[in-house]
Formats: sequence, structure tokens, C-alpha cells
Amino acid sequence: MSPLQICLAFSSALFAVGLAGALARSNSILVLLGIELMLNAANLNLIAFWRFSPHGSPSTGVVFVVFAIAVAAAETAVGLALVISIYRHQQDIRLEEATRLKG
Amino acid sequence: MNTVLVIVALATVATAAAAMSRPSLLNCVLLLTVSWTGIAAFYLWAGAEFAAFAQVLIYVGAISMALMFAVLLTRRTRSDFPPARASGSRAAYAILAGAAVAAVLLAAVARSSVAAAPAPGPASTVRQLGVQLMGPHAAALLVVGVLLTVALIGAVVLAAGAGPARPEGTR
Repeated sequence: MSPLQICLAFSSALFAVGLAGALARSNSILVLLGIELMLNAANLNLIAFWRFSPHGSPSTGVVFVVFAIAVAAAETAVGLALVISIYRHQQDIRLEEATRLKG
Repeated sequence: MNTVLVIVALATVATAAAAMSRPSLLNCVLLLTVSWTGIAAFYLWAGAEFAAFAQVLIYVGAISMALMFAVLLTRRTRSDFPPARASGSRAAYAILAGAAVAAVLLAAVARSSVAAAPAPGPASTVRQLGVQLMGPHAAALLVVGVLLTVALIGAVVLAAGAGPARPEGTR
């Protein structure tokens, strides 16, 4: 396997772990963590393709990753605020309990 | 060179998998911090020092602390916070879905004919990165700044809540 394929396999495995975690756990903080893991796997791809592209421009991949990390940080802040808000209403952060809007 | 990459990849995926399967929330957050450090090591390996620095600063430093706060704020006493047990069938289906996605992605990666890696790869200095960010990507940088400000103000408003109801006539 070429190094690029190893990098892509690495990020695929990380994405699958994050997906399984986000689907399996019922704690909303852990679901958020699984989503973060999937975002990180996408960033790995960006860096890997930047590193191994035949004629890459000097810092495109790093710029992409820096912006993606900034957006992920904003998403985590809002997600954790939502978790705390749910906790205040329900006294519980398990997703099974947050069924007030269920049809 | 590839040995380092394989070791970093295996360690990162193993700690992530362990984090996703531990029953205790605090263990999960700590293990994920280790996993994020592994990703920063991968960035260093790939020559993206600034991305590694940002990863350590934001994920290992800031997001893990915010997660710790959320975990500690949302648990009551130790006794009435049982480790969140996913139901068995749900976990099985989730692992099945994850394995299916992993199989599809890995098969696609293994069968794709990607070009062989160039020897040195692009080198990026922080100076070049700064010129890029302030030149061609200046508008995006401003938008990200506005997004972060709005998101953080929104997070504070959401987490602060409505507060106790004030009596009539007072401000």
C-alpha cells in the first residue's frame, strides 16, 4: 500500500469508529464526541491529499483544515450548550428521555 | 517512514475505539484526548506543523476542557448517574453500520489507483500560511470570525437559560 492509501485507510477507520459510537451511545455528549471524531477523520483526508498531491499549492490543505477546525470548535460550543440546556429541562442527558417533541 | 504512520494510525484508532466503548464518560473524554493527540502527531508526520499546533491547542486544550465541564455539570450524584448503557440490539446495529461503512470505504481505498507519492511533498511555512490567510482567504477568515462570535454568544445564551422569573414591576 502506498502511504496515501494508508492515510486514507486510517481516516476511514476513524470515521467508522466515530459513526458506530455516535449511533450506539445514548448519552448526548458521547454522540457529540462521535461527530467530532468523524470531523477529524475528514480533516485527516484533507491533509493526506494535500501532502501527497503531485502539484499542490504550498498551504491549501492547511488552510482548509484550519477553517474546518474553527467551524468544529463553534459546533462543539453550541452542542455542549444545547446539552446543558436539555439537562436543565429534563434533568437527564440521555437521548431516550428527550422525547418531548416526538410526534 | 511508513512504520511511524502505521503506529500512529493504530494507536489513534485504538484509543478512539476504546473511548467509544467505555461506560464511564470521563474515561471516554480522556481517551479521546489521547486520540486527538495522535491526530496531531499525524499532522506533524505529514509536515503540517500549523495544523498540528491548532489541533493540540483547540481539541486537546479547549474542547476537552469544555467537554469535561459539560460532563461534570450534567451529572448529579454518583449513584443516580448509572453509566449510560445502550441497549444491546442498538449497539449491535450501530457496530454493523460502522463495519459496513468501513468495509465500503476501505474497499474503495484499496481498489483505487492513486498516484505514487512525490518524494518531498509541499512544504508550508507559517509565513506562507499567514500570507495565504490574509491575502486570498481574507474574506473566509472574516466570515469564520463572525461565525465563532455568533456561535459563542449563542452558546452563552443557550447555556444561561431564561433564569428565574422576576416578580412583576421590577426590572
